Amino acid sequence: MKIGTPKEVFDGENRVAMTPDSAKQLQKLGYTCAIESGAGAKAGFSDADYEAAGVEIIKTAAALWKEADIVAKVRQPNETELKRLTKTKTLISFFNPGGNEAGMELAKSKGANVIAMEMVPRISRAQKMDALSSMANIAGYRAVIEAGNNFGRFFTGQITAAGKVPPAKVLVVGAGVAGLAAIGTSTSLGAITLAFDVRPEVAEQVESMGAEFVYLDFEEEAADGASTGGYASVQSEEFRNAQLAKFRELAPEVDIVITTALIPNREAPELWTKDMVEAMKPGSVIVDLAAEKGGNCKLTVADEKIVTDNGVTIIGYTDFPSRMAAQASTLYATNIRHMMTDLTPEKDGQIVHDMEDDVIRGATVTFEGDITFPPPPPKIQAIAAQPKKEEPKELTPEEKRAAETAAFKAQTKQQVTLLAVGAALLLGVGLVAPASFMQHFIVFVLAVFVGFQVIWNVSHSLHTPLMAVTNAISSIIILGALMQIGSGSFLVILLAAASVFMAGINIFGGFLVTRRMLAMFQKS
Amino acid sequence: MEFGFTTAAYVVAAVLFILSLGGLSGQESAKRAVWYGIVGMALAVFATLIGPGAGLWLLSVVLIAAGGMIGYYVAQKVQMTEMPQLVAAMHSLVGLAAVFVGFNAHLELGNVMAMDHHAREGLEGFAALLAHKSPVEVSILKVELALGIWIGAVTFTGSIIAYGKLAGKVSSAATKLPGGHVLNAGAAIISVLCLVWYFSSGAFLPLMILTLMALFIGYHLIMGIGGADMPVVVSMLNSYSGWAAAAIGFSLGNDLLIVVGALVGSSGAILSYIMCKAMNRSFISVILGGFGGTTGPAMEVEGEQVAIDAEGVATALDEADSIIIIPGYGMAVAQAQQNVAELTRRLRAKGKEVRFAIHPVAGRLPGHMNVLLAEAKVPYDIVMEMDEINDDFPETDVAIVIGSNDIVNPAAQEDPNSPIAGMPVLECWKAKQVFVSKRGQGTGYSGIENPLFFKENTRMFYGDAKASLDTLLTLIN
Repeated sequence: MKIGTPKEVFDGENRVAMTPDSAKQLQKLGYTCAIESGAGAKAGFSDADYEAAGVEIIKTAAALWKEADIVAKVRQPNETELKRLTKTKTLISFFNPGGNEAGMELAKSKGANVIAMEMVPRISRAQKMDALSSMANIAGYRAVIEAGNNFGRFFTGQITAAGKVPPAKVLVVGAGVAGLAAIGTSTSLGAITLAFDVRPEVAEQVESMGAEFVYLDFEEEAADGASTGGYASVQSEEFRNAQLAKFRELAPEVDIVITTALIPNREAPELWTKDMVEAMKPGSVIVDLAAEKGGNCKLTVADEKIVTDNGVTIIGYTDFPSRMAAQASTLYATNIRHMMTDLTPEKDGQIVHDMEDDVIRGATVTFEGDITFPPPPPKIQAIAAQPKKEEPKELTPEEKRAAETAAFKAQTKQQVTLLAVGAALLLGVGLVAPASFMQHFIVFVLAVFVGFQVIWNVSHSLHTPLMAVTNAISSIIILGALMQIGSGSFLVILLAAASVFMAGINIFGGFLVTRRMLAMFQKS
Repeated sequence: MEFGFTTAAYVVAAVLFILSLGGLSGQESAKRAVWYGIVGMALAVFATLIGPGAGLWLLSVVLIAAGGMIGYYVAQKVQMTEMPQLVAAMHSLVGLAAVFVGFNAHLELGNVMAMDHHAREGLEGFAALLAHKSPVEVSILKVELALGIWIGAVTFTGSIIAYGKLAGKVSSAATKLPGGHVLNAGAAIISVLCLVWYFSSGAFLPLMILTLMALFIGYHLIMGIGGADMPVVVSMLNSYSGWAAAAIGFSLGNDLLIVVGALVGSSGAILSYIMCKAMNRSFISVILGGFGGTTGPAMEVEGEQVAIDAEGVATALDEADSIIIIPGYGMAVAQAQQNVAELTRRLRAKGKEVRFAIHPVAGRLPGHMNVLLAEAKVPYDIVMEMDEINDDFPETDVAIVIGSNDIVNPAAQEDPNSPIAGMPVLECWKAKQVFVSKRGQGTGYSGIENPLFFKENTRMFYGDAKASLDTLLTLIN
């Protein structure tokens, strides 16, 4: 089968979905590759490069669409392009299926299979074809570079002969892939980097990149990122207020703000309000990576750079990946190539569109004349759900009292039962045993009782001395031996003497070693 | 007159013994408490010597003095790390003495029974006591002394095996003869049968068999218990030695023996209970040996153990403000307590907060670690119990684990299938950084993999604890 990549028709789009390198890899899978003449020019790949890699150069887009069985491209296809699809063709591209009903209908009517790159599920196995992440990575990096380009000072603090330069303070809002890339770039340039995200579990990742996580003074059961496939979800009103208050506090301090907060299939949340922009120092820069979805700052104008009255630059470009076309094309083409690998299990150049496969199923939006969007939830959880921590419930005073009374009652009941059983046993023994035995028995029971009462108070650290002492006094058995040693029988005397001797060792050894131990315990 | 004085002396001695145990509630009062015990013992021995029935004064005194010299020598010489062995060895002596005294009571009983009525009138002391017993009382006496001998014999062999295991002379692994607990149960049944036989016949043979069975049970029971459960075993044997004394006290009709036996018995029982609770295991499961009740495969441990050298540890300690040290049996084995104390002193001199976290079952004896640290002159007010310090780990910069394993195993909390699931553990992994000083990559006594060693904030500081700390000390001044 033939894979073809047309030139991107979207204005200002510099990327290309196939590079000479990826073409070589695709050929290894058994495919033949074709590219529209000049498709890679803006990304730095000439037709000659492609030819050298064994790619057929096709003069016009129309011809390419006609010849290729599989069309790989970057941007969401326009109507003209979609009309060129046929029943036998497969299209791999960004498709924006959530907001592109008409496109899906058209593709469906043409009977073509469409794989939308943004729909690749976020599971470990699919990371290699996760084009959103690879593009976000570039966007994050580029956002910092653009900010630096428009920022009049150094990122890093310096003390020079010409004076002291304070370090720039960068705030990154949203620690997704783009946010983390921005954090990494910003810290490596030497700026003081703060980062915020609604998912507290990413604090660790943020800190691992060398930035400081901005915590809110807010208690709420934070949504587990795992339940939403690793993406942020909508927050409660209280949370939002706490968050805005924190940003208001930070606004006068920070020099550069990079907002990356996007919620899938929704307008971008407003995080950086007008008053915050006004509170910022002149010369500060805001880079709004959410500009395409309306922007995290409402002053943002998509695809433009504006300067506010108080001298704050707001950058609303939506084409950051395209601004680094060579890098972006390489990564995207690799994503596509990995997708093709999964689609070609036999490596025989024949596409096998396996709708049982979680990744392929998830990314497919039209299949054999049907719209298959939205996909069912993947069988594998994107991220292992965090085990629910059971918070000890805060008890109300009444509940506490109730619990205490219940515990008290249970204790009383237990003690009464024990006493009753004990007393019954004693009485039972008393019925059969002679009085002389009972006298000793009472002593015994009382001594056990006293023992229990006393030993509970022994401090933990003195358990070893306690054992040594009890060991020493358990040699009280010597009394028995001493009483018997006066007997006439030789055997008795022998055994008694041995007992006295052994008990003697124990008495002295036990007490002395206890004293030695206790003498060591000292306060500082 | 004489008898009255002896009884009075016994009352005083009993009170002194109770005060002696009660005084152990605090480090300072404990020093006084030992003297109570010593005076009580001296008084008891003295009163018995001048009391009725005693004879051969000189022999008695000489024997006590000879025993005392050995005891003195041993007590002076013993290393603090060898404390568990010593305690176990001394228990065996009490057990054996109880067996002998029990035999004697039997022999005396035989002698007295053989005499005619007239001869009995002429007896005094213990023999006179026997002579005046009614047939029912004699039967009870038989049960008492058989019980005393039985417990004493179990204590004797049990303590010897415990000593062997603690001293490393017997393999510390839990080993059982083929047949396992069936053998123990069989021996116990034979013991009961012998008791009945002896009860009816009064002959020596059943008593002998009973003793042999008890000796076997003591041996086999303790052989079947692993080294990690030794704190429970030692306190259990302590308890037994007390009960043996109490049983003998009954047969001799001596109240002081009963009182002290009961005190010691209950003390040991409570200690065993505390130890079991600290391991979240029932007494039965410890006694029956081995870990029981696992419900499924243990959680897979992910990650790898990352090693670190002394320099890395030194740097981290230098930067830390608060440090918690968790000592375990490994510290005792390596005799590293002096080095630990020296490290503590140096760190404290630098103004760092250094504390110790002691798990109730750390070591091989209840309170083992406290004694070792005290020996090395670590002030006891920075040595904390688990409950006191467990909440402080999240605010701690560095936790140093020296030779402990199961007591810091997060699997107890994280893995419901782990054999130690539910056992309270020191949550050292919550500290910012954990260093584990350990001889090698093996598992602990219980043979359970420890996920702590694989945690991201854990660094393994391999090597003998003492040698490792020596190197570390050269780097910290």
